[in-house]
Amino acid sequence: MTLRDRPPERSESLCPQLAKNMLYRENGQFKTTYPADSQILPIRQDRMAMALLLAVAFVVIPMASSEYLLRAVLIPFLILSLAALGLNVLVGYCGQISLGSGAFMAVGAYVAYNCQARVEGMPLIVSLLAGGLGATVLGVAFGLPSLRIKGLYLAVATLAAQFFVDWACLRLKWVTNDSTSGSVSVAGLSIAGFSVESPAARYLLCLSFVVVFALATKNIVRGHIGRSWMAMRDMDVAAAVIGIRPMQAKLSAFAVSSFIIGVAGALWGFVHLGSWEPAAFGINRSFDLLFMVIIGGLGSISGAFFGAAFIVVLPLLLDKLPYWTGLSVDTATASHLALMIFGALIVFFLIKEPHGLARLWATAKEKLRLWPFPH
Amino acid sequence: MKTFITCAVLAALQLASLSVQAQAQAQAKEQFFPLLVYRTGPYSPNGTPWANGKQDYIKLINARDGGVNGVKLTFEECETGYATDKGVECYERLKGKGATIFDPQATGITFALTDKVPNDKISLITLGYGLSASADGGVFAWNFPLMGSYWTAADILIQHLGKKEGGLDKLKGRKIALVYHDSPFGKEPIPLLEERSKMHGFELVKIPVTAPGVEQKSAWLQVRQARPDYTLLWGWGVMNSTALKEAQATGYPRDKMYGVWWSGAEPDVKDVGEGAKGYNALNLNTSGQSPKVIQDILKLVHGKGQGTGPKDEVGSVLYTRGLVIQALGVEAVRRAQERFGKGKVMTGEQVRWGLENLALDDKKLAALGLTGVIRPISTSCYDHQGSTWARVHTWDGKQWVFSSDWYQADEQIIKPMVKAAADKYAVEKKLTRRTPAQCQS
Amino acid sequence: MGPFLETLIGGLMSGILYSLIALGFVLIYKASGVFNFAQGAMVLFAALAMARFAEWIPKYTGLDGKIVVNLLAFAGALAVMVVVAWLVERLVLSRLVNQEGITLLMATLGIAYLLEGAGQMIFGNDIYKIDIGLPKDPMFLFEQSFPGGILVSKEDLYAALIAAALVAGLSLFFQKTVTGRALRAVADDHQAAQSIGIPLSRIWVIVWSVAGFVALVAGMIWGSKLGVQFSLSLVALKALPVVILGGLTSVPGAIVGGLLIGVGEKLSEAYLGPMLGGGIEYWFGYVLVLVVLLVRPQGLFGEKIIDRV
Repeated sequence: MTLRDRPPERSESLCPQLAKNMLYRENGQFKTTYPADSQILPIRQDRMAMALLLAVAFVVIPMASSEYLLRAVLIPFLILSLAALGLNVLVGYCGQISLGSGAFMAVGAYVAYNCQARVEGMPLIVSLLAGGLGATVLGVAFGLPSLRIKGLYLAVATLAAQFFVDWACLRLKWVTNDSTSGSVSVAGLSIAGFSVESPAARYLLCLSFVVVFALATKNIVRGHIGRSWMAMRDMDVAAAVIGIRPMQAKLSAFAVSSFIIGVAGALWGFVHLGSWEPAAFGINRSFDLLFMVIIGGLGSISGAFFGAAFIVVLPLLLDKLPYWTGLSVDTATASHLALMIFGALIVFFLIKEPHGLARLWATAKEKLRLWPFPH
Repeated sequence: MKTFITCAVLAALQLASLSVQAQAQAQAKEQFFPLLVYRTGPYSPNGTPWANGKQDYIKLINARDGGVNGVKLTFEECETGYATDKGVECYERLKGKGATIFDPQATGITFALTDKVPNDKISLITLGYGLSASADGGVFAWNFPLMGSYWTAADILIQHLGKKEGGLDKLKGRKIALVYHDSPFGKEPIPLLEERSKMHGFELVKIPVTAPGVEQKSAWLQVRQARPDYTLLWGWGVMNSTALKEAQATGYPRDKMYGVWWSGAEPDVKDVGEGAKGYNALNLNTSGQSPKVIQDILKLVHGKGQGTGPKDEVGSVLYTRGLVIQALGVEAVRRAQERFGKGKVMTGEQVRWGLENLALDDKKLAALGLTGVIRPISTSCYDHQGSTWARVHTWDGKQWVFSSDWYQADEQIIKPMVKAAADKYAVEKKLTRRTPAQCQS
Repeated sequence: MGPFLETLIGGLMSGILYSLIALGFVLIYKASGVFNFAQGAMVLFAALAMARFAEWIPKYTGLDGKIVVNLLAFAGALAVMVVVAWLVERLVLSRLVNQEGITLLMATLGIAYLLEGAGQMIFGNDIYKIDIGLPKDPMFLFEQSFPGGILVSKEDLYAALIAAALVAGLSLFFQKTVTGRALRAVADDHQAAQSIGIPLSRIWVIVWSVAGFVALVAGMIWGSKLGVQFSLSLVALKALPVVILGGLTSVPGAIVGGLLIGVGEKLSEAYLGPMLGGGIEYWFGYVLVLVVLLVRPQGLFGEKIIDRV
């Protein structure tokens, strides 16, 4: 019996004056059809909040933000939250630890680049999705060992993917379209004739991808595939016993996850960097993504966003910290301090809420539903 | 509840603070120089003296000359850690403050910024690094690989080796190994070396070292087994000192090793000490504390306690190179002021004109205190390199000593390669060559 | 034949150096079930401490003899590592008892960043020297039978001897002492060990201190070979396949795994590398581990993973 089923009238009837201040007045919101009951956002206030958030994100932010905010904060945040979303599918929902996500991003970026560069007039969206498909192939290939290897051993095995792709992008000439320097670049992005060069246009492109993928992923994890993933995560032997096929579950998780990460990688290369070399998708990127997923919250869609916000925004704030406190520290010390505070905050958050920021948010929302009543 | 409110407030504050942009822009009389540096990470031993040289020179110009014709110079450092995405973030943050020149200090960041600078009208000085093809100013309108690129470096090294052998034709049948950093920076000289190897008949053995080059045992065992007559080292940061240590550990004679100008500085050999004795490398500039500009810095900057780094670092190879980079940037501003208005703050386009019309002869160099530090340099609209002279210096166990004459890269070989590569880039990016009329702006 | 033997010996030597670092991982995992991603940072921190102390001691106390200075620096660095171990246990481990493996892994990554930042801030980020008197020049064996002789690095040989001594010492410690037995008990089952009165927090401090000692020895040897600088912490990435290949819980496994990975890497780079363009060493070790894991999912000497439903 969930909180939702409990009739809220009890608290309200005891103290009608306080009840007037309730934010979430859920009485009167009855569901009469199955589809209505299984909505992603069943409470009307939630739906309104989400609509408001989307309106702000699509309309207000591009108009009101500076170029720096768009280019250096929001676009990386969106792309990395997309990648974290993909990784959350694999690590959070299916329980397979993967340290090779940088490699999938790299494959996505290079496959998309090859589609764009070798085929004249290829639409941008098709290239980006093709990047995702390329990453899917790699993901399934490196996901095959997961049928036999588990836990930390799998984590280190996925590092094989990371280093192999690092090397392949440097050594195999056809990956970089025979570029002499080994570095590739894209320019003149446009969709159906509209140029995607301005910061606002790039931001909207990334935002659209993120919204579409987040919605799709949310629905996938609520369906039977998602449930089979969660069953594999919690008790894979028991899941196999009741008839969930491990190969299908694990490989589909790898496939979906690497598709999303591949698209994110293509966006990172095309939209954010513009010109990149394999070092841009190195092991530090993989660690960053894993941090985002853990700090944001394993097994939650909103967790990907919280984690990405934490990892993207925090270093920028830490860099500005010396200015605000008025101390003049040289850039090296500031960097080291930033690194130390970053590490300390990670440990702090893991101690305070091992289930991540998403759990903090969920707890807050639960309390909000009853506010101002304590229970 | 409290947690929620605190979280919401914090989030709002964070977003608000980030959108508050840079403070009062370049005021009436200040020319802003952004300084992208890396003082942390595996490349910091080499990046730090470079950064200190740049900063000290700016301080010197303010202290000794009161700025450029009265326009004071301001700067802000941003730590990139040699990472491309941090470099891009630093660029976005600093470009709005009136920046006209960036020196990314890293090839990866250079590639990323090369696409952005045409829109923002900011010049990239990539002295001795970056894309070799960007010497062609007709296509790369905003890139300035002043004083040399990896192709000129490789060319000069082959010329020197040819001279050692008694003639370039004597290189036939010899074996030259290239131990390089496995990245665009390390791979850049390969086309030119392959071209020269075809021309003169020597065998080129390519041995990549995975970044950052901490473990090189296999590479040097391979060198030992290949037994090359000479080995070229193309590394950066810790890779250089590790290479020398591994060369010692595998018994490869250090005096047969020749490094590019980024592999021949004090941080690379100080640690190895006697073990690096005899190691040779290219150098674009001189080192030591005798040049006048170094004396001025010691007196007017370090003497007043304003020095950026330790005093004994002043005059080291990379420090001086950073100083030279900054000096060329300041001279570009001065040259731009000559045309567009003395005593005024210059815009990006105006500074670019200045960079394309640098004409520093011996007299001007003497006035700046740079006699003996670099050779005269003069750029043009289509030649963004300006000079391709370099020398070889050798580590004698305690310091670097020049061991060769000045060489100039062979234009006959390099110019066609640069043009071909630049044309290819122009086709890819759908650019057209600049016309002489456009050069005058 | 000559080059093959040289590469083989070089690989064996490298392998021993990797296992030095891998030992730290294995120790901590054995005793506290935590995969310590901060091991690389600990190696760096310990090496930085020793290198800087070796510089500062002559400056501030005027002592001169190399052996004395190095011994004092070593002792100082060891003390620093014990303090770090105590802090880690107090502030992090004790509050994350019974969390999932991945949470603890991430916590150690956070500790890694903290140690890297702190180490560079306190000790500096230039390249520092550790000079414990290891000879730098190589020796050439069998010069009559093979042209040019077989190259054996004297430095690596000494390092191998030190590593062997360390392993022997650790094995004795684990098998013969009371603390060693307590450590093994804790490795088996935290709660059972606690219930029979073994003080968990003190055991963890001891384990992390021993791992810190191992990190110091590894840092000393690697630092003497490569110079002490930030990139030293990246050597841990080369030791990871060793840990996994040998099995996360086995000390002999770390040694055998190290030798196998070292030899595999060097031979592949020498013979397979030229065909593929070179630079394959980095990923070959990992791919080798992947293949072995497919056959033995728990590594060569690891405990078999038993799932209970």
